[in-house]
Amino acid sequence: MTVTTVIKNNTYLDSVSLMSISTKANEIDGVDQAFVAMATEMNKGVLDNLDLLTPELTTASNGDLMIVAVTGDGVDVDATIAAIEDLLVRKAPTSSSAGARIVHRTISAAVASDSAANLAVIAVNGTYAAREARKALENDLHVMLFSDNVTVADEIALKALAHDKGLLMMGPDCGTAMINGTALCFANAVRRGSIGIVAASGTGSQEVSVRIHALGGGVSQLIGTGGRDLSAEIGGVMMIDGIRALAADEDTAAIVLISKPPAPEVEKKVLVEVAAAGKPVVVYFIGGSEHAVTEAGGHFAASSQDAALQAVRLVSDGSATVPPLDAEAIRTVVDRFAPDQRHVRGLFSGGTLCDESMYSLLSEGEEVWSNIQKDPTHIVGAGDASRGHTFLDFGDDEFTNGRPHPMIDPSLRLERLVAEAADPSVALIVMDFVLGFGAHEDPVGVTLPAIAEAKQTAESAGRHLEIVGYVLGTDRDGQWLAGQVAALQGAGVTVTRSSTETGAYLRAVTHHLSALKGAHS
Amino acid sequence: MSTSTADLFAQPLDVVNVGLAMFEDDIAAQSTQVTSLHWTPPGGGSPEAVAALDSLEKGDLPERIAAANAEAVDRITSAQPMLVGYGRALDVVPGMTETTILHSGPPIDWDRMSGSMKGAVTGAIVFEGLAKDLEEAAKVAASGTITFSPCHEHQCVGSMAGVTSASMYMHIVRNETHGNYAYTNLSEQLAKILRMGANDQSVIDRLVWMRDVLGPMLKEAVDLTGPIDLRLMLSQALHMGDEAHNRNVAGTVLLFQALAPGLLQSSFSNEEKKDVFDFIASSDYFSGPTWMVTAKVALDAANGVADSTIVTAMARNGVEFGIRVAGLPGEWFIGPAQKVVGPMFAGYKPEDSGLDIGDSAITETFGFGGFAMAAAPAIVALVGGTVDDAVTYTREMGQITTTENPNVTIPALAFQGLPTGIDVRKVMDTGILPIVNTAIAHKDAGVGMIGAGITHPPMEAFQKAISALAASI
Repeated sequence: MTVTTVIKNNTYLDSVSLMSISTKANEIDGVDQAFVAMATEMNKGVLDNLDLLTPELTTASNGDLMIVAVTGDGVDVDATIAAIEDLLVRKAPTSSSAGARIVHRTISAAVASDSAANLAVIAVNGTYAAREARKALENDLHVMLFSDNVTVADEIALKALAHDKGLLMMGPDCGTAMINGTALCFANAVRRGSIGIVAASGTGSQEVSVRIHALGGGVSQLIGTGGRDLSAEIGGVMMIDGIRALAADEDTAAIVLISKPPAPEVEKKVLVEVAAAGKPVVVYFIGGSEHAVTEAGGHFAASSQDAALQAVRLVSDGSATVPPLDAEAIRTVVDRFAPDQRHVRGLFSGGTLCDESMYSLLSEGEEVWSNIQKDPTHIVGAGDASRGHTFLDFGDDEFTNGRPHPMIDPSLRLERLVAEAADPSVALIVMDFVLGFGAHEDPVGVTLPAIAEAKQTAESAGRHLEIVGYVLGTDRDGQWLAGQVAALQGAGVTVTRSSTETGAYLRAVTHHLSALKGAHS
Repeated sequence: MSTSTADLFAQPLDVVNVGLAMFEDDIAAQSTQVTSLHWTPPGGGSPEAVAALDSLEKGDLPERIAAANAEAVDRITSAQPMLVGYGRALDVVPGMTETTILHSGPPIDWDRMSGSMKGAVTGAIVFEGLAKDLEEAAKVAASGTITFSPCHEHQCVGSMAGVTSASMYMHIVRNETHGNYAYTNLSEQLAKILRMGANDQSVIDRLVWMRDVLGPMLKEAVDLTGPIDLRLMLSQALHMGDEAHNRNVAGTVLLFQALAPGLLQSSFSNEEKKDVFDFIASSDYFSGPTWMVTAKVALDAANGVADSTIVTAMARNGVEFGIRVAGLPGEWFIGPAQKVVGPMFAGYKPEDSGLDIGDSAITETFGFGGFAMAAAPAIVALVGGTVDDAVTYTREMGQITTTENPNVTIPALAFQGLPTGIDVRKVMDTGILPIVNTAIAHKDAGVGMIGAGITHPPMEAFQKAISALAASI
């Protein structure tokens, strides 16, 4: 143990600062005890009690500063004293007190200090989400409620309040919106234009907006409704208000509606609005009925690609086209499968993308298993092994419970990819890679090692494993679309050009596989 | 403010982001205005508290509560505390007896008292001649012959352990506006003192001198000079860089300036007067209790305003932290006392600290102390070290209070008044707890003060209060 004393003559620091400095000095490595104080009689008395008062310190006067450090054996005393003296140097003055930033804790407080605020994005635990949304509406803010786990009763009450106040109540469980050209939450960097979208499906609206962009069109507003809006209980309040808002909006020339098939009575109400909109409305109700839509004067879209294409044609010269599928390439791929390789496995992060691919097989009469199957006899849970054609939506609650969305945290999907590759019945694995705001910074890059491992697993067992990837994004998205596509192609992945083409590709492959199966049996 | 989608589409988007920080970055990257809340679950995460909070928003309750709170804060800010004299506790404090010992914070019995409070109690028992030494005093304290009662239940406040016995001299403060009185002990100055739990002979000797010389001399002084306007003096002290809880340099000089002519004219000897002057000069804390009782007499005027959700006392006994609310007079809402974080005297470590103790949080309840950190740049080391930190603390307290006190202002904030009238609802809504500046007493009896710092009440006290308010209003 070493006791070192330093006296700094005629050096004054106030007692509060010195207490603070002493506290910090005691935390320096190697210091057993440190004492930094003015040499007052009282402080010298304290040192005396601690048996640390040296004759030198006794002679120090009121205006002198004392540093006393008790250090352990082998500690560099000079460095220790230097470190303590460093503490005496005052903090550089920070910005003026007027610059101190006020951090708001409540929506009311934020609105009080910024009267121009007009929309709240709310992503808090479901227990508190409805309350925050109500506060936002009461403060005359439009609301995008990203949170899920909000009760139906709360959703009804929130949407009624918003409707009465003429406000948007997007959500709960609304992941995608674009207001005045700003992408909110999970959305892509899409050109502004004259196509307005109202969507009950997040990835569905991302896909349609991205296809519109790719076809040269642009989006005026993208209003999310939340996935439950078109249920009988909620009654499509937000979709109806959204249609009316876009119908009244001068910058919107055509409207696209995106949803899973609504409850029949809700569909009727929505189609009344379609008829009354006064501008063309493209209706993409996944798997919905063409007749009802055309009867209401709407433009029926059979796929997300079709919805985008029709909308772009409606607001432009109508020359936009989509290239066809390469049938020859598909035949070549199918020829490489071993006889037992019959099944498709879909590992999706986007719900609507999963849906669209799944329906492309269902519409061909294929038996399909999924965690989002409407047919209760064909449900595969998160913990279940795949069977036959299995399509998994990793963004569904069952997979996200207690962990981030797969667009942010891909780990579950990566594990599943490697596991599926080991199944000798698997011919093809299809995956989506969603770019844009809110998404992973490099969704392809983070998947490449698992793709290599999956390919290797199949190859070492003498199989060709076809991996199909679709990258949902625009050339303006931060993740660099072209680079993501090139990286997939470099890894031997077949890259499709839309969600709809992905479905068509799968349909063509399974069509061949079924034909082969027929030939074998 | 937009009330329709047409307005929204015509205006620049301006987003309030609640919950996920990553969305703020994405929105800002698109050159769109965005403000993120520092969001925490309301009610401190208690569903019961949130339900109580929501139930207070139904029907005409918000209007009723707003009217009640306006009345309560008007009483607080319009109170005019005057120092009208000094006297022995037995003679002036309501309900005081020769065997009563008042203590800080909510009610507590001897067995559960903290080390420093036990130290103070046994010291006071010896001082009052109820035991010959500390050992016997502990037996007396445990025997049931002593009546323990919170200062707050006797129109008093007490610094740290708050231990107040019959023959101690008290400030007598009258609220000219509302006519009520409040009392508090004299400062023993700093470090090794009874209120910090120290109790050796030097402590007892000082108490005897305070009883026989200091107290009577102060009494004569005020009798000679007449009442002293404490609110005016507090306001001046804040303009001179005090926050009047942990920094009392200016306030003590001002108080002494007012008392000095009376002290000089008193009947005591020059030697005794010099002793008193030296004693006052020995610590800037001399006026600390004076500001506490100033706050107490004003806040007591708001007690009993029906439907009011305004906090009228925050007090700690070293084990528990209790708050009192204007609309629920006489009740305590209690949670565990917290640690105090801050710089410590050399030779002591955080593990030596006793838990938060004392009635001095009455200063924050009124709106100074930690609430007025922006007024006291000299002691920003307590709150993290920069003037910006201090300003932020004061501004944050504005989010949980009801009004600004027009009579006591902060120059650095463009003479904004003290954040006044802590609203239980706002604490529950924002999750912001009141900040309390305070001293740190050693956890054991007999040692004394070992540091100073900041702390907060427990969320639990406010959760209990909001539930009780929801049940009663």
